[in-house]
Amino acid sequence: MRYMLMHKLDDSNPALWQPTPEFIAKFGEYMEEVNKAGVLLAAEGLLPSSAGAAVIRVTDGQTTVTDGPFAEAKEVIGGFGILQVRDHAEAVEWAKRFAALFDNVEVEVRVVSEYE
Amino acid sequence: MTAGTDAKSAIEAVWRIEAARVIAGVARLVGDVGLAEELAQDALVAALEQWPSEGVPRNPGAWLMTTAKRRGIDTIRRQQVLQKHLPALAGQEHTDDSQFDAVLEQDPIEDDLLRLIFTACHPVLKPEARVALTLRMLGGLSTDEIARAFLVPDATVGQRISRAKRALADAKVPFELPTGADRAARLTSVLEVIYLIFNEGYSATAGDDWMRPALCQEAMRVGRVLAGLMPAEAEVHGLVALLEIQASRSAARTGPDGKVVTLLEQDRRRWDRLLITRGLAALARAEELGGGTYTLQAAIAACHARARTAEQTDWPAIAGLYARLAELAPSPIVELNRAVAVSMADGPGAGLAVLDPLLEEPALRGYHLLPSVRGDLLFKLGRRDEARAEFERAAGMTRNEAERALLLGRAEECVA
Repeated sequence: MRYMLMHKLDDSNPALWQPTPEFIAKFGEYMEEVNKAGVLLAAEGLLPSSAGAAVIRVTDGQTTVTDGPFAEAKEVIGGFGILQVRDHAEAVEWAKRFAALFDNVEVEVRVVSEYE
Repeated sequence: MTAGTDAKSAIEAVWRIEAARVIAGVARLVGDVGLAEELAQDALVAALEQWPSEGVPRNPGAWLMTTAKRRGIDTIRRQQVLQKHLPALAGQEHTDDSQFDAVLEQDPIEDDLLRLIFTACHPVLKPEARVALTLRMLGGLSTDEIARAFLVPDATVGQRISRAKRALADAKVPFELPTGADRAARLTSVLEVIYLIFNEGYSATAGDDWMRPALCQEAMRVGRVLAGLMPAEAEVHGLVALLEIQASRSAARTGPDGKVVTLLEQDRRRWDRLLITRGLAALARAEELGGGTYTLQAAIAACHARARTAEQTDWPAIAGLYARLAELAPSPIVELNRAVAVSMADGPGAGLAVLDPLLEEPALRGYHLLPSVRGDLLFKLGRRDEARAEFERAAGMTRNEAERALLLGRAEECVA
Protein backbone atom coordinates (compact mmCIF):
# COMPACT_ATOMS: atom_id res chain seq x y z
CA MET A 1 0.00 0.00 0.00
CA ARG A 2 1.12 3.49 -0.75
CA TYR A 3 0.69 6.23 1.82
CA MET A 4 1.34 9.94 1.86
CA LEU A 5 2.55 11.56 5.06
CA MET A 6 2.09 15.33 5.25
CA HIS A 7 3.14 17.49 8.13
CA LYS A 8 1.61 20.84 8.93
CA LEU A 9 3.36 23.79 10.52
CA ASP A 10 2.33 27.25 11.66
CA ASP A 11 2.87 29.48 8.63
CA SER A 12 3.24 32.60 10.77
CA ASN A 13 6.09 31.33 12.96
CA PRO A 14 9.37 31.90 11.03
CA ALA A 15 11.39 29.94 13.59
CA LEU A 16 9.67 26.73 12.49
CA TRP A 17 10.86 27.24 8.93
CA GLN A 18 14.46 27.97 9.84
CA PRO A 19 15.50 24.71 11.46
CA THR A 20 18.52 24.57 13.75
CA PRO A 21 21.54 22.48 12.78
CA GLU A 22 20.49 20.00 15.52
CA PHE A 23 17.06 19.63 13.95
CA ILE A 24 18.52 19.25 10.46
CA ALA A 25 20.77 16.48 11.77
CA LYS A 26 17.86 14.64 13.44
CA PHE A 27 15.77 15.10 10.33
CA GLY A 28 18.56 13.72 8.15
CA GLU A 29 18.86 10.65 10.37
CA TYR A 30 15.15 9.96 10.02
CA MET A 31 15.23 10.37 6.25
CA GLU A 32 18.19 8.01 6.04
CA GLU A 33 16.40 5.46 8.20
CA VAL A 34 13.20 5.48 6.16
CA ASN A 35 15.16 5.49 2.91
CA LYS A 36 17.43 2.60 3.91
CA ALA A 37 14.41 0.61 5.08
CA GLY A 38 13.39 0.55 1.43
CA VAL A 39 9.99 2.15 2.01
CA LEU A 40 10.50 5.77 0.91
CA LEU A 41 9.45 6.42 -2.69
CA ALA A 42 9.57 10.22 -2.75
CA ALA A 43 9.69 13.20 -0.41
CA GLU A 44 9.79 16.97 -0.64
CA GLY A 45 9.91 19.82 1.84
CA LEU A 46 7.89 22.98 1.25
CA LEU A 47 8.68 26.62 2.03
CA PRO A 48 6.34 28.90 4.01
CA SER A 49 3.79 30.94 2.07
CA SER A 50 6.04 34.02 2.27
CA ALA A 51 8.33 32.33 -0.27
CA GLY A 52 5.60 32.37 -2.89
CA ALA A 53 2.18 30.81 -2.66
CA ALA A 54 -1.31 31.20 -4.02
CA VAL A 55 -4.76 29.80 -3.45
CA ILE A 56 -7.00 29.31 -6.45
CA ARG A 57 -10.64 28.94 -5.57
CA VAL A 58 -13.60 28.24 -7.84
CA THR A 59 -16.97 29.21 -6.39
CA ASP A 60 -20.02 28.52 -8.53
CA GLY A 61 -17.84 28.58 -11.60
CA GLN A 62 -16.09 31.83 -10.67
CA THR A 63 -12.33 31.61 -10.25
CA THR A 64 -10.49 33.75 -7.72
CA VAL A 65 -6.74 33.74 -7.14
CA THR A 66 -5.35 34.83 -3.77
CA ASP A 67 -1.62 35.31 -3.72
CA GLY A 68 0.50 34.61 -0.66
CA PRO A 69 1.91 35.25 1.79
CA PHE A 70 -1.18 34.34 3.73
CA ALA A 71 -2.03 37.21 6.07
CA GLU A 72 -3.89 35.33 8.78
CA ALA A 73 -1.98 32.80 10.85
CA LYS A 74 -2.73 29.25 9.78
CA GLU A 75 -1.33 25.77 9.51
CA VAL A 76 0.13 24.94 6.13
CA ILE A 77 1.74 21.81 4.69
CA GLY A 78 5.45 21.79 5.50
CA GLY A 79 6.36 18.79 3.41
CA PHE A 80 5.30 15.35 2.32
CA GLY A 81 6.64 11.87 1.82
CA ILE A 82 5.29 8.91 -0.15
CA LEU A 83 5.88 5.54 1.49
CA GLN A 84 5.32 2.01 0.25
CA VAL A 85 4.32 0.02 3.33
CA ARG A 86 2.55 -3.24 4.10
CA ASP A 87 -0.36 -1.84 6.03
CA HIS A 88 -1.89 1.10 7.84
CA ALA A 89 -0.13 0.32 11.12
CA GLU A 90 3.28 0.52 9.44
CA ALA A 91 2.44 3.90 7.89
CA VAL A 92 1.32 5.17 11.29
CA GLU A 93 4.52 3.88 12.92
CA TRP A 94 6.71 5.75 10.42
CA ALA A 95 4.53 8.86 10.89
CA LYS A 96 4.92 8.66 14.68
CA ARG A 97 8.69 8.47 14.35
CA PHE A 98 8.61 11.47 12.03
CA ALA A 99 6.33 13.51 14.31
CA ALA A 100 8.66 12.80 17.25
CA LEU A 101 11.31 15.00 15.58
CA PHE A 102 9.18 18.09 16.35
CA ASP A 103 7.93 19.79 19.52
CA ASN A 104 4.71 20.89 17.86
CA VAL A 105 3.46 19.37 14.66
CA GLU A 106 0.52 17.65 13.05
CA VAL A 107 1.23 14.78 10.68
CA GLU A 108 -1.53 13.54 8.43
CA VAL A 109 -1.44 9.98 7.04
CA ARG A 110 -3.43 9.26 3.89
CA VAL A 111 -3.76 6.39 1.41
CA VAL A 112 -2.57 7.16 -2.11
CA SER A 113 -5.06 6.14 -4.79
CA GLU A 114 -3.59 3.53 -7.12
CA TYR A 115 -4.83 1.65 -10.18
CA GLU A 116 -5.72 -1.91 -9.40
CA MET B 1 -11.25 -4.73 22.57
CA THR B 2 -10.21 -2.49 19.69
CA ALA B 3 -7.53 -0.89 21.85
CA GLY B 4 -5.94 -4.32 22.27
CA THR B 5 -6.10 -5.03 18.54
CA ASP B 6 -4.63 -1.62 17.74
CA ALA B 7 -1.78 -2.16 20.20
CA LYS B 8 -1.07 -5.55 18.66
CA SER B 9 -0.99 -4.24 15.09
CA ALA B 10 1.17 -1.30 16.19
CA ILE B 11 3.66 -3.71 17.78
CA GLU B 12 3.61 -5.88 14.69
CA ALA B 13 4.36 -2.81 12.58
CA VAL B 14 7.37 -2.03 14.78
CA TRP B 15 8.41 -5.66 14.41
CA ARG B 16 8.28 -5.57 10.62
CA ILE B 17 10.40 -2.44 10.58
CA GLU B 18 12.95 -3.72 13.10
CA ALA B 19 12.99 -7.52 12.64
CA ALA B 20 15.89 -7.75 10.20
CA ARG B 21 18.12 -5.42 12.22
CA VAL B 22 17.34 -7.23 15.48
CA ILE B 23 17.99 -10.67 13.98
CA ALA B 24 21.21 -9.40 12.37
CA GLY B 25 22.47 -7.81 15.60
CA VAL B 26 21.74 -10.93 17.63
CA ALA B 27 23.25 -13.18 14.96
CA ARG B 28 26.55 -11.35 15.34
CA LEU B 29 26.39 -12.07 19.08
CA VAL B 30 25.47 -15.76 18.88
CA GLY B 31 26.97 -16.54 15.46
CA ASP B 32 23.91 -18.54 14.35
CA VAL B 33 21.07 -16.94 12.39
CA GLY B 34 18.58 -19.69 13.27
CA LEU B 35 19.10 -19.14 17.00
CA ALA B 36 19.13 -15.37 16.44
CA GLU B 37 15.76 -15.51 14.73
CA GLU B 38 14.26 -17.50 17.61
CA LEU B 39 15.65 -15.08 20.18
CA ALA B 40 14.27 -12.15 18.21
CA GLN B 41 10.87 -13.86 18.08
CA ASP B 42 11.06 -14.27 21.87
CA ALA B 43 11.63 -10.53 22.15
CA LEU B 44 8.55 -9.92 20.02
CA VAL B 45 6.49 -12.15 22.30
CA ALA B 46 7.79 -10.19 25.31
CA ALA B 47 6.82 -6.94 23.60
CA LEU B 48 3.33 -8.22 22.91
CA GLU B 49 3.03 -9.12 26.61
CA GLN B 50 4.53 -5.96 28.09
CA TRP B 51 3.91 -3.01 25.78
CA PRO B 52 0.08 -2.97 25.89
CA SER B 53 0.14 -2.50 29.69
CA GLU B 54 3.48 -0.73 30.22
CA GLY B 55 3.38 1.42 27.09
CA VAL B 56 5.57 1.38 24.00
CA PRO B 57 9.18 2.26 24.88
CA ARG B 58 10.68 5.47 23.50
CA ASN B 59 12.98 3.54 21.19
CA PRO B 60 11.12 0.30 20.44
CA GLY B 61 13.82 -1.01 18.09
CA ALA B 62 16.51 -0.68 20.75
CA TRP B 63 14.21 -2.36 23.29
CA LEU B 64 13.69 -5.36 21.01
CA MET B 65 17.42 -5.56 20.30
CA THR B 66 18.43 -5.39 23.96
CA THR B 67 15.79 -7.90 25.02
CA ALA B 68 16.82 -10.37 22.32
CA LYS B 69 20.53 -9.94 23.07
CA ARG B 70 19.97 -10.44 26.81
CA ARG B 71 18.21 -13.69 26.03
CA GLY B 72 21.09 -14.59 23.75
CA ILE B 73 23.56 -14.05 26.57
CA ASP B 74 21.41 -16.16 28.90
CA THR B 75 21.37 -18.93 26.34
CA ILE B 76 25.10 -18.78 25.88
CA ARG B 77 25.65 -18.89 29.64
CA ARG B 78 23.35 -21.87 29.97
CA GLN B 79 25.04 -23.73 27.21
CA GLN B 80 28.46 -22.88 28.65
CA VAL B 81 29.92 -22.80 25.22
CA LEU B 82 30.82 -19.18 25.37
CA GLN B 83 34.10 -19.35 23.55
CA LYS B 84 32.60 -21.18 20.65
CA HIS B 85 29.53 -19.06 20.22
CA LEU B 86 30.73 -15.61 21.07
CA PRO B 87 33.28 -14.75 18.41
CA ALA B 88 33.89 -11.30 19.89
CA LEU B 89 35.13 -12.89 23.10
CA ALA B 90 36.83 -15.94 21.66
CA GLY B 91 40.07 -16.94 23.30
CA GLN B 92 39.29 -15.26 26.62
CA GLU B 93 39.13 -17.37 29.71
CA HIS B 94 36.59 -15.46 31.70
CA THR B 95 33.72 -13.34 30.71
CA ASP B 96 32.56 -10.84 33.22
CA ASP B 97 29.41 -8.80 33.11
CA SER B 98 31.13 -5.69 31.82
CA GLN B 99 31.96 -7.54 28.63
CA PHE B 100 28.35 -8.55 28.23
CA ASP B 101 27.35 -4.96 28.80
CA ALA B 102 29.66 -3.95 25.98
CA VAL B 103 27.91 -6.41 23.69
CA LEU B 104 24.54 -4.97 24.67
CA GLU B 105 25.61 -1.44 23.91
CA GLN B 106 27.06 -2.10 20.51
CA ASP B 107 25.13 -0.34 17.84
CA PRO B 108 23.85 -2.59 15.09
CA ILE B 109 26.17 -1.92 12.23
CA GLU B 110 24.98 -2.08 8.68
CA ASP B 111 27.38 -4.89 7.93
CA ASP B 112 25.28 -7.13 10.17
CA LEU B 113 22.26 -6.59 7.98
CA LEU B 114 24.33 -7.34 4.90
CA ARG B 115 25.70 -10.50 6.55
CA LEU B 116 22.12 -11.55 7.26
CA ILE B 117 21.10 -11.12 3.61
CA PHE B 118 24.10 -13.09 2.37
CA THR B 119 23.50 -15.85 4.92
CA ALA B 120 19.79 -16.20 4.09
CA CYS B 121 20.71 -16.53 0.41
CA HIS B 122 23.60 -18.93 1.01
CA PRO B 123 24.22 -21.46 -1.79
CA VAL B 124 24.15 -24.43 0.64
CA LEU B 125 20.39 -23.84 0.74
CA LYS B 126 17.92 -24.83 -1.93
CA PRO B 127 16.38 -21.89 -3.80
CA GLU B 128 12.98 -22.27 -2.11
CA ALA B 129 14.69 -22.31 1.30
CA ARG B 130 16.62 -19.13 0.44
CA VAL B 131 13.36 -17.46 -0.56
CA ALA B 132 11.57 -18.52 2.63
CA LEU B 133 14.45 -17.46 4.90
CA THR B 134 14.81 -14.11 3.15
CA LEU B 135 11.11 -13.33 3.50
CA ARG B 136 11.12 -14.46 7.10
CA MET B 137 14.31 -12.76 8.28
CA LEU B 138 14.59 -9.72 6.00
CA GLY B 139 10.90 -9.10 5.48
CA GLY B 140 9.65 -10.06 8.93
CA LEU B 141 6.91 -12.15 7.31
CA SER B 142 5.23 -14.87 9.35
CA THR B 143 5.23 -18.51 8.27
CA ASP B 144 1.53 -18.15 7.55
CA GLU B 145 2.06 -15.15 5.27
CA ILE B 146 4.82 -16.92 3.33
CA ALA B 147 2.62 -20.00 2.96
CA ARG B 148 -0.23 -17.92 1.57
CA ALA B 149 2.09 -16.18 -0.84
CA PHE B 150 3.35 -19.46 -2.27
CA LEU B 151 0.01 -21.26 -2.11
CA VAL B 152 1.46 -24.06 0.03
CA PRO B 153 0.45 -25.33 3.48
CA ASP B 154 1.83 -23.59 6.60
CA ALA B 155 3.54 -26.76 7.70
CA THR B 156 5.52 -26.94 4.47
CA VAL B 157 6.95 -23.46 4.99
CA GLY B 158 7.60 -24.13 8.68
CA GLN B 159 9.57 -27.24 7.76
CA ARG B 160 11.40 -25.45 4.97
CA ILE B 161 12.55 -22.75 7.39
CA SER B 162 13.60 -25.08 10.19
CA ARG B 163 15.49 -27.32 7.74
CA ALA B 164 17.20 -24.29 6.26
CA LYS B 165 18.31 -23.11 9.70
CA ARG B 166 19.64 -26.57 10.47
CA ALA B 167 21.41 -26.75 7.10
CA LEU B 168 23.18 -23.46 7.84
CA ALA B 169 24.22 -24.70 11.27
CA ASP B 170 25.33 -28.12 9.95
CA ALA B 171 27.40 -26.51 7.21
CA LYS B 172 28.89 -24.21 9.87
CA VAL B 173 28.17 -21.23 7.66
CA PRO B 174 29.90 -18.34 9.43
CA PHE B 175 28.02 -15.08 9.97
CA GLU B 176 30.48 -13.27 7.74
CA LEU B 177 30.57 -11.37 4.49
CA PRO B 178 32.03 -13.30 1.56
CA THR B 179 35.34 -12.02 0.28
CA GLY B 180 37.51 -12.47 -2.79
CA ALA B 181 36.31 -14.63 -5.65
CA ASP B 182 33.44 -15.96 -3.56
CA ARG B 183 31.89 -12.53 -3.24
CA ALA B 184 30.64 -12.13 -6.82
CA ALA B 185 29.04 -15.58 -6.87
CA ARG B 186 27.36 -14.98 -3.51
CA LEU B 187 26.03 -11.62 -4.64
CA THR B 188 24.61 -13.31 -7.74
CA SER B 189 22.75 -15.70 -5.46
CA VAL B 190 21.32 -12.80 -3.42
CA LEU B 191 20.12 -11.01 -6.55
CA GLU B 192 18.59 -14.23 -7.90
CA VAL B 193 16.61 -14.74 -4.71
CA ILE B 194 15.22 -11.20 -4.86
CA TYR B 195 14.27 -11.61 -8.52
CA LEU B 196 12.70 -14.99 -7.81
CA ILE B 197 10.51 -13.48 -5.08
CA PHE B 198 9.51 -10.65 -7.39
CA ASN B 199 8.59 -12.96 -10.25
CA GLU B 200 6.57 -15.22 -7.99
CA GLY B 201 4.41 -12.21 -7.18
CA TYR B 202 4.49 -10.76 -10.69
CA SER B 203 3.25 -13.94 -12.32
CA ALA B 204 0.22 -13.99 -10.02
CA THR B 205 -3.12 -13.45 -11.69
CA ALA B 206 -5.86 -11.04 -10.68
CA GLY B 207 -7.91 -13.52 -8.67
CA ASP B 208 -5.03 -14.68 -6.49
CA ASP B 209 -4.64 -14.02 -2.81
CA TRP B 210 -3.39 -10.50 -2.06
CA MET B 211 -0.23 -11.96 -0.53
CA ARG B 212 1.10 -12.92 -3.96
CA PRO B 213 1.29 -9.39 -5.37
CA ALA B 214 2.69 -8.35 -1.97
CA LEU B 215 5.73 -10.48 -2.85
CA CYS B 216 6.64 -7.89 -5.51
CA GLN B 217 6.64 -5.18 -2.85
CA GLU B 218 8.72 -7.38 -0.55
CA ALA B 219 11.30 -8.04 -3.28
CA MET B 220 11.49 -4.34 -4.10
CA ARG B 221 11.89 -3.43 -0.46
CA VAL B 222 14.75 -5.90 0.05
CA GLY B 223 16.30 -4.72 -3.23
CA ARG B 224 16.21 -1.09 -2.11
CA VAL B 225 17.66 -2.03 1.28
CA LEU B 226 20.48 -3.87 -0.50
CA ALA B 227 21.10 -0.88 -2.77
CA GLY B 228 21.47 1.26 0.36
CA LEU B 229 23.93 -1.21 1.85
CA MET B 230 25.97 -1.79 -1.34
CA PRO B 231 25.80 1.53 -3.17
CA ALA B 232 28.87 0.76 -5.31
CA GLU B 233 27.46 -2.46 -6.83
CA ALA B 234 26.18 -1.78 -10.34
CA GLU B 235 24.05 -4.89 -10.61
CA VAL B 236 22.20 -4.21 -7.36
CA HIS B 237 21.01 -0.91 -8.84
CA GLY B 238 20.40 -2.70 -12.16
CA LEU B 239 18.11 -5.22 -10.47
CA VAL B 240 16.30 -2.49 -8.53
CA ALA B 241 15.80 -0.57 -11.78
CA LEU B 242 14.44 -3.69 -13.49
CA LEU B 243 11.99 -4.35 -10.65
CA GLU B 244 10.79 -0.73 -10.41
CA ILE B 245 10.14 -0.52 -14.16
CA GLN B 246 8.48 -3.93 -14.38
CA ALA B 247 6.30 -3.13 -11.37
CA SER B 248 5.32 0.20 -12.96
CA ARG B 249 3.25 -1.80 -15.48
CA SER B 250 1.36 -3.89 -12.90
CA ALA B 251 -1.97 -2.08 -13.26
CA ALA B 252 -1.84 -2.23 -17.08
CA ARG B 253 -0.99 -5.92 -17.36
CA THR B 254 -4.51 -7.24 -17.01
CA GLY B 255 -7.67 -6.10 -18.74
CA PRO B 256 -11.08 -5.67 -17.06
CA ASP B 257 -11.82 -9.33 -17.91
CA GLY B 258 -8.69 -10.45 -16.06
CA LYS B 259 -6.94 -11.42 -19.29
CA VAL B 260 -3.26 -10.64 -19.78
CA VAL B 261 -2.59 -7.54 -21.89
CA THR B 262 0.71 -7.69 -23.78
CA LEU B 263 3.28 -4.93 -23.34
CA LEU B 264 2.64 -3.28 -26.70
CA GLU B 265 -1.12 -3.27 -26.18
CA GLN B 266 -1.09 -1.87 -22.64
CA ASP B 267 -2.74 1.44 -21.80
CA ARG B 268 0.40 3.40 -20.94
CA ARG B 269 -1.56 5.97 -18.96
CA ARG B 270 -1.93 3.25 -16.36
CA TRP B 271 1.83 2.87 -15.96
CA ASP B 272 3.08 4.13 -12.62
CA ARG B 273 5.15 7.25 -13.37
CA LEU B 274 6.67 7.39 -9.88
CA LEU B 275 8.10 3.88 -10.21
CA ILE B 276 9.33 4.64 -13.73
CA THR B 277 11.13 7.75 -12.49
CA ARG B 278 12.72 5.73 -9.69
CA GLY B 279 13.62 2.94 -12.11
CA LEU B 280 15.28 5.29 -14.57
CA ALA B 281 17.27 6.91 -11.74
CA ALA B 282 18.44 3.49 -10.51
CA LEU B 283 19.34 2.52 -14.08
CA ALA B 284 21.45 5.67 -14.48
CA ARG B 285 23.37 4.74 -11.30
CA ALA B 286 23.85 1.17 -12.53
CA GLU B 287 25.13 2.25 -15.94
CA GLU B 288 27.50 4.74 -14.36
CA LEU B 289 28.96 1.91 -12.29
CA GLY B 290 29.35 -0.47 -15.25
CA GLY B 291 26.25 -2.66 -15.26
CA GLY B 292 25.71 -6.31 -16.14
CA THR B 293 22.86 -8.57 -17.17
CA TYR B 294 20.25 -7.05 -14.83
CA THR B 295 21.30 -3.58 -15.93
CA LEU B 296 20.89 -4.54 -19.59
CA GLN B 297 17.45 -6.01 -18.92
CA ALA B 298 16.54 -2.83 -17.06
CA ALA B 299 17.81 -0.75 -19.99
CA ILE B 300 15.52 -2.73 -22.32
CA ALA B 301 12.58 -2.20 -19.96
CA ALA B 302 13.50 1.50 -19.84
CA CYS B 303 13.26 1.77 -23.66
CA HIS B 304 9.62 0.70 -23.36
CA ALA B 305 9.03 2.94 -20.34
CA ARG B 306 10.33 6.01 -22.20
CA ALA B 307 8.08 5.46 -25.23
CA ARG B 308 4.81 7.37 -24.89
CA THR B 309 3.15 5.05 -27.41
CA ALA B 310 4.07 1.55 -28.59
CA GLU B 311 4.84 3.03 -32.04
CA GLN B 312 7.49 5.32 -30.54
CA THR B 313 9.49 2.38 -29.14
CA ASP B 314 13.19 2.62 -29.98
CA TRP B 315 13.53 -0.89 -31.45
CA PRO B 316 17.06 -0.43 -32.84
CA ALA B 317 18.21 0.43 -29.30
CA ILE B 318 16.40 -2.61 -27.89
CA ALA B 319 17.91 -4.89 -30.57
CA GLY B 320 21.36 -3.50 -29.67
CA LEU B 321 20.80 -4.13 -25.96
CA TYR B 322 19.68 -7.72 -26.64
CA ALA B 323 22.85 -8.23 -28.68
CA ARG B 324 24.94 -7.07 -25.70
CA LEU B 325 22.90 -9.27 -23.38
CA ALA B 326 23.45 -12.24 -25.72
CA GLU B 327 27.21 -11.63 -25.55
CA LEU B 328 27.26 -11.38 -21.76
CA ALA B 329 24.83 -14.21 -21.03
CA PRO B 330 24.07 -16.21 -24.17
CA SER B 331 20.72 -18.00 -24.06
CA PRO B 332 18.20 -19.14 -26.69
CA ILE B 333 15.46 -17.08 -24.99
CA VAL B 334 17.54 -13.90 -25.24
CA GLU B 335 18.19 -14.71 -28.89
CA LEU B 336 14.47 -15.22 -29.51
CA ASN B 337 13.77 -11.82 -27.96
CA ARG B 338 16.53 -10.32 -30.08
CA ALA B 339 14.90 -11.77 -33.19
CA VAL B 340 11.65 -10.00 -32.29
CA ALA B 341 13.45 -6.69 -31.63
CA VAL B 342 15.41 -6.98 -34.90
CA SER B 343 12.18 -7.67 -36.81
CA MET B 344 10.62 -4.54 -35.30
CA ALA B 345 13.72 -2.49 -36.11
CA ASP B 346 14.69 -3.84 -39.56
CA GLY B 347 11.69 -5.80 -40.78
CA PRO B 348 10.44 -9.41 -40.57
CA GLY B 349 13.08 -10.76 -42.96
CA ALA B 350 15.94 -9.56 -40.74
CA GLY B 351 14.15 -10.99 -37.70
CA LEU B 352 13.73 -14.36 -39.38
CA ALA B 353 17.45 -14.48 -40.15
CA VAL B 354 18.18 -14.18 -36.40
CA LEU B 355 15.43 -16.60 -35.47
CA ASP B 356 15.97 -19.49 -37.87
CA PRO B 357 19.21 -20.81 -36.35
CA LEU B 358 17.18 -21.33 -33.14
CA LEU B 359 15.18 -24.10 -34.84
CA GLU B 360 18.16 -26.35 -34.15
CA GLU B 361 18.19 -25.38 -30.46
CA PRO B 362 17.27 -28.36 -28.27
CA ALA B 363 16.38 -26.09 -25.32
CA LEU B 364 13.57 -24.50 -27.34
CA ARG B 365 12.08 -27.78 -28.57
CA GLY B 366 8.50 -27.76 -27.33
CA TYR B 367 8.61 -24.03 -26.51
CA HIS B 368 5.47 -22.62 -28.14
CA LEU B 369 6.76 -19.06 -28.49
CA LEU B 370 9.33 -20.10 -31.09
CA PRO B 371 6.80 -21.28 -33.73
CA SER B 372 4.43 -18.53 -32.62
CA VAL B 373 6.99 -15.77 -33.28
CA ARG B 374 8.14 -17.50 -36.47
CA GLY B 375 4.53 -17.75 -37.67
CA ASP B 376 4.10 -14.03 -37.10
CA LEU B 377 7.25 -13.14 -39.07
CA LEU B 378 6.28 -15.47 -41.96
CA PHE B 379 2.78 -13.98 -41.98
CA LYS B 380 4.21 -10.48 -42.30
CA LEU B 381 6.41 -11.70 -45.17
CA GLY B 382 3.29 -13.03 -46.95
CA ARG B 383 4.42 -16.65 -46.61
CA ARG B 384 1.00 -17.66 -45.35
CA ASP B 385 1.09 -21.43 -45.78
CA GLU B 386 4.27 -21.68 -43.76
CA ALA B 387 2.88 -19.21 -41.21
CA ARG B 388 -0.25 -21.32 -40.77
CA ALA B 389 1.78 -24.47 -40.13
CA GLU B 390 3.80 -22.61 -37.46
CA PHE B 391 0.71 -21.25 -35.68
CA GLU B 392 -0.83 -24.72 -35.64
CA ARG B 393 2.40 -26.19 -34.29
CA ALA B 394 2.49 -23.52 -31.55
CA ALA B 395 -1.18 -24.17 -30.67
CA GLY B 396 -0.35 -27.85 -30.16
CA MET B 397 2.42 -26.96 -27.70
CA THR B 398 0.76 -24.53 -25.32
CA ARG B 399 -1.18 -25.72 -22.30
CA ASN B 400 -2.99 -22.43 -21.91
CA GLU B 401 -6.51 -22.59 -23.39
CA ALA B 402 -6.81 -18.88 -24.15
CA GLU B 403 -3.45 -18.89 -25.87
CA ARG B 404 -4.33 -21.96 -27.92
CA ALA B 405 -7.55 -20.29 -29.13
CA LEU B 406 -5.59 -17.17 -30.07
CA LEU B 407 -3.02 -19.18 -32.04
CA LEU B 408 -5.66 -21.24 -33.87
CA GLY B 409 -7.39 -17.97 -34.74
CA ARG B 410 -4.17 -16.70 -36.27
CA ALA B 411 -3.77 -19.96 -38.21
CA GLU B 412 -7.21 -19.43 -39.71
CA GLU B 413 -6.32 -15.87 -40.63
CA CYS B 414 -3.60 -17.29 -42.89
CA VAL B 415 -6.20 -19.10 -45.00
CA ALA B 416 -8.51 -16.14 -45.43
